[in-house]
Amino acid sequence: MDPFITCKELIEFLADYLDGELPAPERREFDRHLAVCPSCVNYLETYKGTIALGRAALCDPDEAPPKEVPEDLIKAILATRKRPAT
Amino acid sequence: MAASAPPPTPIGPPPDETGRLVVALRRGDPAAFETVVRDHSPALLAAARRILRNEEDAREALQDAFVSAFKAIGSFEGGARLSTWLHRIAINAALMKLRARRRRPETSIEELLPRFQADGHQVVPNEPWAEPPNELASRKETRALVRRMIEELPDSYRTVLLLRDLEELSTEEVARMLEVTPNAVKIRLHRARQALRAKLDARYRMAAAT
Repeated sequence: MDPFITCKELIEFLADYLDGELPAPERREFDRHLAVCPSCVNYLETYKGTIALGRAALCDPDEAPPKEVPEDLIKAILATRKRPAT
Repeated sequence: MAASAPPPTPIGPPPDETGRLVVALRRGDPAAFETVVRDHSPALLAAARRILRNEEDAREALQDAFVSAFKAIGSFEGGARLSTWLHRIAINAALMKLRARRRRPETSIEELLPRFQADGHQVVPNEPWAEPPNELASRKETRALVRRMIEELPDSYRTVLLLRDLEELSTEEVARMLEVTPNAVKIRLHRARQALRAKLDARYRMAAAT
């Protein structure tokens, strides 16, 4: 039997591998596979790149929330406090 | 319907300024209420907008959040910051609204997931990208493009990506908010990243860029 995990298995459990959640024997299998599979190395690197790019895009300082909230919305929220409880 | 408040925060006295504000809120002090609404609404509205992508829904979620928060102010015991506590409530309110408005089935992301041959090899071998991710991320237009790609993901994947990678909530906390198991959160996050990777790969892979 082929002792190596397949590309499919590696990609399926990639997040666990990156999060350090794989038991040591499985982690060794991943490392053995990556040592001989350039395609999976490319997948791993671009997956990590995707996480980094996603975070950079979502946490973009150029996209900071506007400081102003419409005054009518503020007033509507404040008005909820004045209504008698139902 | 108003969002439910998060579980009580760990026991401990609130910091002085927050403590005074919370005491005033519990007394029903309208000035304290207005201070909190004005100080925290910009960030909370932004969080609701990111989840809901609809201004009217985001406004309603913000109102629901403040109704919930001030009903539950007695359970705010410090340990957490007031802003963090309110943020969780606003996210809950937005997620409830998202669930309420979700009537149509979501589009599938299957075509963005890797495809494999019977022997476990990928159908199309992977290539590196033409530029390192940190260089791509340094460009404003690339970050905007990535945000648009994330926007295109179905809500169930997009929200997990937002909650884990932007709001930095734990897997367990996201699971509680979405009423799914932690394992379902991990699977959705992995698929969301795979789908986003496929969109990025089509644009930035070495072969596509040359």
